[in-house]
Amino acid sequence: MSESRTGGLMGWIDERFPATKMWNEHVGQYYAPKNFNFWYYFGSLALLVLVIQIISGIWLTMNYKPAGELAFESVEYIMRDVEWGWLIRYIHSTGASAFFAVVYLHMCRALLYGSYQKPRELLWIFGVLIYVALMAEAFMGYMLPWGQMSYWGAQVIINLFGAVPVVGDQLALWIRGDFAISEITLNRFFALHVVGLPLAIIGLVAAHILALHEVGSSNPDGIEIKKNKDENGNPKDGIPFHPYYSVKDLVGVVVFLIVFSVIVFFMPDFFGLFLEPPNFEPANPQVTPDHIAPVWYFTPYYAMLRAIPDPFGGVVVMGGAIVVLFFLPWLDRGRVRSIRYRGLSFKVALGVFLVSFVALGYLGLMPATSVYTMIARVCTAIYFGYFAFLWVYTYFGLEKTKPVPERVTMK
Amino acid sequence: MKKFLLTCLLALMPVMAWPAPSGVQMMSADVDPHDKASLQRGAKLFANYCMACHEAKLIRYNRIGRDLGLDDEMLEKYLMFKPDAQLFDGMTNAMTDEDATDWFGASAPDLSLTARRNGPDWVYTFLNSYYADDTNSTGVNNLVLAGVSMPHVLQELQGLQTAVREEVDGQEVITRLAASENGGVMSAAEYRSATRDITNFLDYVAEPVKAERERLGIRVLIFLFLFLVVAYLLKREYWKDVH
Amino acid sequence: MNQDGADKGRRRFLTAATSVVGGVGAAFVAVPFLAYWKPSARAQAAGAPVEVDISQLEPGQLLNVKWRGNPVWIFRRTEDAVGDLDKLEGVLRDPESSEPQQPEYAQNRHRSIRPDIMVLVGICTHLGCSPLFRPDSRPEGIERDWFGGFFCPCHGSYFDLAGRVYTGVPAPTNLVVPPHHFVDDNTILIGEDEGAA
Repeated sequence: MSESRTGGLMGWIDERFPATKMWNEHVGQYYAPKNFNFWYYFGSLALLVLVIQIISGIWLTMNYKPAGELAFESVEYIMRDVEWGWLIRYIHSTGASAFFAVVYLHMCRALLYGSYQKPRELLWIFGVLIYVALMAEAFMGYMLPWGQMSYWGAQVIINLFGAVPVVGDQLALWIRGDFAISEITLNRFFALHVVGLPLAIIGLVAAHILALHEVGSSNPDGIEIKKNKDENGNPKDGIPFHPYYSVKDLVGVVVFLIVFSVIVFFMPDFFGLFLEPPNFEPANPQVTPDHIAPVWYFTPYYAMLRAIPDPFGGVVVMGGAIVVLFFLPWLDRGRVRSIRYRGLSFKVALGVFLVSFVALGYLGLMPATSVYTMIARVCTAIYFGYFAFLWVYTYFGLEKTKPVPERVTMK
Repeated sequence: MKKFLLTCLLALMPVMAWPAPSGVQMMSADVDPHDKASLQRGAKLFANYCMACHEAKLIRYNRIGRDLGLDDEMLEKYLMFKPDAQLFDGMTNAMTDEDATDWFGASAPDLSLTARRNGPDWVYTFLNSYYADDTNSTGVNNLVLAGVSMPHVLQELQGLQTAVREEVDGQEVITRLAASENGGVMSAAEYRSATRDITNFLDYVAEPVKAERERLGIRVLIFLFLFLVVAYLLKREYWKDVH
Repeated sequence: MNQDGADKGRRRFLTAATSVVGGVGAAFVAVPFLAYWKPSARAQAAGAPVEVDISQLEPGQLLNVKWRGNPVWIFRRTEDAVGDLDKLEGVLRDPESSEPQQPEYAQNRHRSIRPDIMVLVGICTHLGCSPLFRPDSRPEGIERDWFGGFFCPCHGSYFDLAGRVYTGVPAPTNLVVPPHHFVDDNTILIGEDEGAA
């Protein structure tokens, strides 16, 4: 062998495993549009948070006990007696909220720039599946500290399954494994949270990235960069992911870590939103807290649920709000992807949709007064109205789009 | 769009704080985990006045020694009153739940996490809100926890306040508490300081690592800002290629 | 994208600088995750020194206490037994206790602070079984000089009443003497040297 030592080693590996091939295909020679803006940081940040949650989660599992009263005590054991346990716990609790913040911004990007449109429908569907899996993961994870909110939040949400007609009670019983939330429920949620759902999420994230790389990334102008290639066959408006986006995403990562660290080291409770005060009290099946609310990232759906007077109706609406997301690529029949070139009505509609989603989030945190309930009903209507509007607007060709440029603009 | 989102988030911030579990106007405890002198005073007061009934079993004596700067001898002399208490034990007492229920009608809850569950302002206000009330079995009541079965343990220090009642909207409500003529051994300011020390200590007990984490946080942020500068320079250099 | 006119030297420098800072950061991050594995405060508490009252200990009697999960033996040698220790030089592998199996205050003829009180960790230095106490009777089949000691039933190692190992047995070293000191004449604290906090 007359090759250099490293070449020899990589050569040996490449004959047996597509290492260099994968590197080139997905990183070294993966061409991404050169006009990515602020909204394009959140994909890599989501991947970072996933890794952070897995590592901090594994470490917590080394000392956590998924058994009734021992669970609450084991969390305080980690916080006080285990060296650096407090840091790993705060990383994990902050990471959970960070995951949703990043994912919501990531999804917002898709709405702004039409990233879900053909040929990226399957990419979008994998994304929504990740979102659903993430919600299940977070819900089960929140039960593990076995505080008052862990217990009662789980009680309320699982009772929703009881609202399903005919099979409801059996379904809720089957999920709980007991007649009320108990350590039996805790133990199975532990297994799913630590093993089951992480495996599913990792698989879905892999599928999501593969689907992306198959068609290539879109961009803020929404144009297909593969339409204009240079003499080497590379998109003229594209740049290889490495080194340009590895270096740019690194900056994004550091900024994220700064925000993350401010929270972890100076305000891990984050105004009682990330670590809720009732959860500093062990679960007590005999005493209900004054104020049961899910964690902030679920509150938009909770507001919708409470807005509908009928329990099962509320469940249907809440579930429908997620299901409708899957159909977005087919509801939006527009030919123009990016908000930059779409009709004025689209911009207004999307703006109103986003504001009402945030409003629903706020309402879900508040007690359900009659005024708040009324506003929640309006916002729920707006939420579904957006999708209905989008379909009518684009199906009947009512949208007045602006001319889409041939090449990307570096706006 | 960015500015809009940021404004929304900031506007919602103050409203999102969890309401304290009581309708009373809270006094501000202004806790400071870095004030070791206050924590030491608070620890001593806690051991002398509260530990006859309450426990704080999640905080070990040797941890208190390490964080507050007390050596083993001082811990044993000023804080450890239970016979056979070891330095590595949590702050427990000798009262059983049965005895507590027999004597007081309820067992005194463990206070390890109270400051985190209810907030330090709640604890501070509670300690300052006792007043004379014949309708209650103990002869005292508390604005923060109506009908409380805990006596006013600190009465010798504060004296016993009386409730000033006025008519508001056709209902008689307590508008404020007035100090009694024969007060306790402490002046009003001294008492507030002492209860603030106890509150500061309980806030420490609820999260002993707080001072350390804030100190470490500064160093982490300094490092990250340094890293940001270097990473940004690297990004800018490579992106000179891109037009 | 165009790499003509790129300052390669500056790029190499900045890449190196970023890598170094990043590496330092990674090392800092690793510390908590590694330190997390250290014995927690609860483990330290469970492994705390154990106080033993020896006021009722008769000559020839052995007390067994648990320290850090291991059996620790405290026994009072008879006066004869103390004298007999010298007679065994020839049959012992390490009669002078030169191997580091004991604290320096136990590196003497009787391997203890006081000649009459012996403190030993009751774990055979071969493969970890707990030997049996045979203060007088000679174990079956042993033809060597014997003035009482310990016999490990797992693979047949013998130790004398100072925990010193015989030659020709599987165990390689003398039984371990744990850190300990006398709080007063009748109380031993196992697990802590004199003066240590």
